[in-house]
Amino acid sequence: MTERHRLLLFLAGACGLAVLYLAGIRNLPPWGQYRGPYGDVIAQLAVFQRHATDTVNAITYDYRGFDTLGEEFILFSAVTGVMLLLRPEDGQTSRAGGEKNPASFRDRAALSETVQVLASGVFGFSVLFGVYIGTHGQLTPGGGFQGGVIIAAAPMLLYIAENTEAFRRIVSHPVTEALEAAGAAAYALIGLAALACGAPFLTNVLPLGRTGDVLSSGTIALISACVGVEVAAAFLLLIWEYLREILARAGNAEA
Amino acid sequence: MMILGVGLLALIGVSALVIVRTDDVTNQLLGLSFYGLLFALMFFLFQAPDVALSQITVGAIALPLMIMLAITRMKYHSESTHQNKAAPPAREARHD
Repeated sequence: MTERHRLLLFLAGACGLAVLYLAGIRNLPPWGQYRGPYGDVIAQLAVFQRHATDTVNAITYDYRGFDTLGEEFILFSAVTGVMLLLRPEDGQTSRAGGEKNPASFRDRAALSETVQVLASGVFGFSVLFGVYIGTHGQLTPGGGFQGGVIIAAAPMLLYIAENTEAFRRIVSHPVTEALEAAGAAAYALIGLAALACGAPFLTNVLPLGRTGDVLSSGTIALISACVGVEVAAAFLLLIWEYLREILARAGNAEA
Repeated sequence: MMILGVGLLALIGVSALVIVRTDDVTNQLLGLSFYGLLFALMFFLFQAPDVALSQITVGAIALPLMIMLAITRMKYHSESTHQNKAAPPAREARHD
């Protein structure tokens, strides 16, 4: 098969794809106009039934809360799998040198003072913004997952600013690991609490509060907070598992 | 609005092509970060601000950082196995 034949074959395939694609998108509804019934029904009911003004979170943490529980544990088991696969091998000098002697993580001179100043300045802001996004998920776009990743981004900023020691102290702390497990477990326990009250699994059994308040919408806000804790810890553990060996080796090389 | 959407989708297509055609891994990762930000903009434009919020951090920071770390780890691993198998020649070769 020559170059020419391959090109002809590709062009024939590309034409077929283009025809199918155009036929496929021809009958799409116009921009921003949704034809199904469920979106409108839920958007009208969510505020009255659950006192949550952000319908997306009312769906993810309440109406379809069971699906989100599954997603939560997908993340949990993925991080557990990474930690299991990347665990330090016994007898490796890199691990012993790195973990017993944390002082060996010496920071090089900063790449750029601008980056350092900006990253340190944005650290507090991103933690605060993450908490805000995580706790206001039932009112405005956001929620636990989004808040969690924003909080997890704050220590990564420290690493970018070459403050590796501070980054290491935050992410390698046993509390980070415990928080990840606790966040995931709390979601399941909130679901079980509904069973204890005699309602189906993950029913919104808490008082719904006044629409528009931070402490409203019952379990939606509570589950959202638990998801935020789990996601923030999970992302940090993931990054730390990859970084641990690299940092240990870098520390040994400098020592 | 329509023009903005079409332009953004075209920009996403072009930047994906540029990332694939980039040879250097570091440049590729920077491109990937930019690509993640474009995706966040697209989600916002298509009225999914919830998804856009998580896409900003996951697509523009977490994913490129994770790939960067995985590649660095792979480099360390290949170096160490190389050294164990033939330590003196490998070191000489590196000093050159």
